[in-house]
Amino acid sequence: MRAYLLKRIVQGIITVWFIASATFVAMHNVPGDPLMDEKATTEEIRKNLMQKYGLDKSLFEQYIIYLKNMSQGDFGISFTQQNRQVNDIIREHFPVSAALGILAITFAAFGGILWGALTALYRNRLPDIVIMFLVILGVSVPSFVFAALGQLSIVSVNNLVGFSLIPVAGWGTIWHMLVPSMVLGMSTMAYLTRLMRSSMLEVVNTDYIRTAKSKGLPATQIFLQHQLRNAVLPVITVLGPAIAAITTGGFVVEMVFAIPGLGRYFVEAVQQLDYTVIMGTTVFYGAFLVFMVIIVDVIYGFIDPRVRVG
Amino acid sequence: MSNPNSASISQLVWLGLGAVGAFFLLMLVLNWASASTSGEQSLGSVDYASNSITLALEQEPPQLDSSRSTDSVSGIILGHVMEGLLRVDGNNKLVPGVAERWEITSTGAKFWLRDNARWSDGSQVTAHDFIFAWQTVINPVTASQYAFFLYPLKNAEAINSRGMAMDQLGARALDDLTIELEFENPISYFDKLLAFSTYFPIKESFFNSTRGRYGSDADTMLYNGPFVITQWVHSAQLRAKKNPHYWDKDSIGLDAINWSYITADTTAKLNLFKDNRIAMVQLDAETLESALYNKWNIKQFADGTIFYIEFNHRDGRLTTNYHLRRAMQLVSNSSELVYKVIKLPGNLPGMSLFPSWQMGENKLFQLEYPTPEHRVDIDEAKRHLEIARQELGLSSFPPLVMLSSDSPTARKQSEYYQNVFKRTLGLEIKIDQQIFKQRLAKMLAGEFDVVMGGWGPDYEDPLTFADLFASWNIQNRGRYNNPALDKQVRIAQGSLNQAERMRAFGAIQDILYHDSVVIPNYERGRIYVVDPRVKGLVRRITGADPDFSRAYLVDKDSNISKGDSKVAAN
Repeated sequence: MRAYLLKRIVQGIITVWFIASATFVAMHNVPGDPLMDEKATTEEIRKNLMQKYGLDKSLFEQYIIYLKNMSQGDFGISFTQQNRQVNDIIREHFPVSAALGILAITFAAFGGILWGALTALYRNRLPDIVIMFLVILGVSVPSFVFAALGQLSIVSVNNLVGFSLIPVAGWGTIWHMLVPSMVLGMSTMAYLTRLMRSSMLEVVNTDYIRTAKSKGLPATQIFLQHQLRNAVLPVITVLGPAIAAITTGGFVVEMVFAIPGLGRYFVEAVQQLDYTVIMGTTVFYGAFLVFMVIIVDVIYGFIDPRVRVG
Repeated sequence: MSNPNSASISQLVWLGLGAVGAFFLLMLVLNWASASTSGEQSLGSVDYASNSITLALEQEPPQLDSSRSTDSVSGIILGHVMEGLLRVDGNNKLVPGVAERWEITSTGAKFWLRDNARWSDGSQVTAHDFIFAWQTVINPVTASQYAFFLYPLKNAEAINSRGMAMDQLGARALDDLTIELEFENPISYFDKLLAFSTYFPIKESFFNSTRGRYGSDADTMLYNGPFVITQWVHSAQLRAKKNPHYWDKDSIGLDAINWSYITADTTAKLNLFKDNRIAMVQLDAETLESALYNKWNIKQFADGTIFYIEFNHRDGRLTTNYHLRRAMQLVSNSSELVYKVIKLPGNLPGMSLFPSWQMGENKLFQLEYPTPEHRVDIDEAKRHLEIARQELGLSSFPPLVMLSSDSPTARKQSEYYQNVFKRTLGLEIKIDQQIFKQRLAKMLAGEFDVVMGGWGPDYEDPLTFADLFASWNIQNRGRYNNPALDKQVRIAQGSLNQAERMRAFGAIQDILYHDSVVIPNYERGRIYVVDPRVKGLVRRITGADPDFSRAYLVDKDSNISKGDSKVAAN
């Protein structure tokens, strides 16, 4: 087990290094100049700015300096927010994205498992057809539409009750989290519902269910302990990558609901060519994804003895 | 299994209830865990109990260090929490700020500071705070992009870009309350610069104590304006409270301003306004409809930015040919562009490089010096195109490259011109659409034939537009070079006689038209709605816009609603 874990961690570090290097090369090849602004600056001021950000050195030198700083966990100062450390930006805004992501994934997992089980129980009958139709909607409608619709419904509900029952946007109380996390988790929930449904139907026809039935176990026990429990396994497998995808993909939801998450910095930095923030967030998210995948692989071994390692 | 037993269903229901419970529990835990990154947000757009208003910001202010800030969002905040020597009042008149009185001559200026101006820590705002701020701006190490604002001061440019010693700067504190300035050249609009954020004071001892983090958080700043920032949660909210040390605090009507939402999403802001969460919302084409439907009192404001087509005058470009430019100018129709293509209310058809609101000597500049009459004339345009073809020795015109940004309006605009030039002149246009930074890089490098340009005024004098096409100006992206125009710009820069300066601006306007240097597209207008319970909002062309620093709430009992246009009309 320890050897396996060590191997995975070394692999992970190499992956992160690769992500960092690839981003560095790609970023410096994107056309445009990070120091360019609407009002042109004189050569002298440009030179000073280049010096401040170390852009006057050769690309290779910059790469070495950057790798050295990164290994010490220092991502430098933002180009657009000239007095802020990229480390501070990640430290202040990642927890928000993470909270939103955890809620969204919980919502998606709970919802997916329940709806999936329900559709399997009602296979080919009205509830199944209705839910599966909604699932197709959920998978195909992009999140910005859900976000806009969600916000519009809040306004309507608030209008109806005559006071602000649920906040329209912003961040701070648990009521601020409710709708954005549901919007963010919507498409994952739809996907998990489908996965759960087919997994449930597969399990129904297995030998151990037939055995349980012939043993004369009560139907509720069969459903809960044998069928549901086994059907959940594939759903857990996809949760790892889904957590990373949701946590990093919150840009639109953060924008619409005015949430101070890291996703906005991630996307805006690319638009602004903010080199240090691009590098910082990419490497951070890359490392996060790698870490999540390792965690899920390890947990999976505990849940399913068949894939236990080392 | 197609006939579900009720036991399984009821189990599922219980599981579902458990899941909902677990979800809320998780929300509680996460809210508790992340409490440090957020603040309470329960106030409505207008709150009478705390005498405050709540607003939204377009984006997070990149920084509030006045020596380096250049963007409009930082400008809004700085305008509420800082004050310069002079300030611009609600009627766009310069009035005393930290300076009680002043004297400006052709060679320099003298300012006498009021002795009751205080920083938010209670200490006095002194002449040294201004001198220190200006030295910081000019210091090459600061790399301030707005250093040019201080170039009217003697030797400022030399210190900033040619390494002259800082003690040569033509700005001195004679004592704690007197500032003496020397000008590089006579300048007639210097007083208008003083209200701008680059001229705001910075207290040296405090600045040094922040160790390079000045203006990055609420507690790394010292304030001398009507408000102080009490809380700044990055990308989430900025809360400002009335400054108890502000010398003119009696004229401040609000006790607090909360910028509680930061988002660029216009629909989200509209929803917040509908829900009475924010007191003002800017409208665009999509949100306008909803505002009309709700019968809100929609207001209009020309923000001063003008958009135009520029040509490339570098050697080897076809657009160096006057007749080609003239042909393109003759088929352009800014009214059609504004009213039939862009169709955003608020925008005005562009007529000149100088916007319609620009004041001249006594009345509007456009009344004193009307724009040359422009009429679309396709036959005349074709005649010019033919002359151009012969002069350039071409059998037919190769495609021209039109550099444009990637905003929806810019796209409409460039496609409109592509169509017009093709239809009327048979000219092929290749649109080169680029993201912001790359468009700027290409403009600077001259990789275009025509470019969709634009300019927002830096200060309220026609010169901010007039010197754009001077041969030495780095903003002159097309490298237009005309000694006759340069001469007029020099007059406008150096003269202290307003009549003479206006004549020069008139001449510049004529040259730009008759030499077909720019084709004006439109003057940008903003449309917006304000909660009718808030009065005293000032819209500005430069500086803090929108400015709520002197806003106040109407009586609680007057009972007006957003749709009540009778009461809402200012």
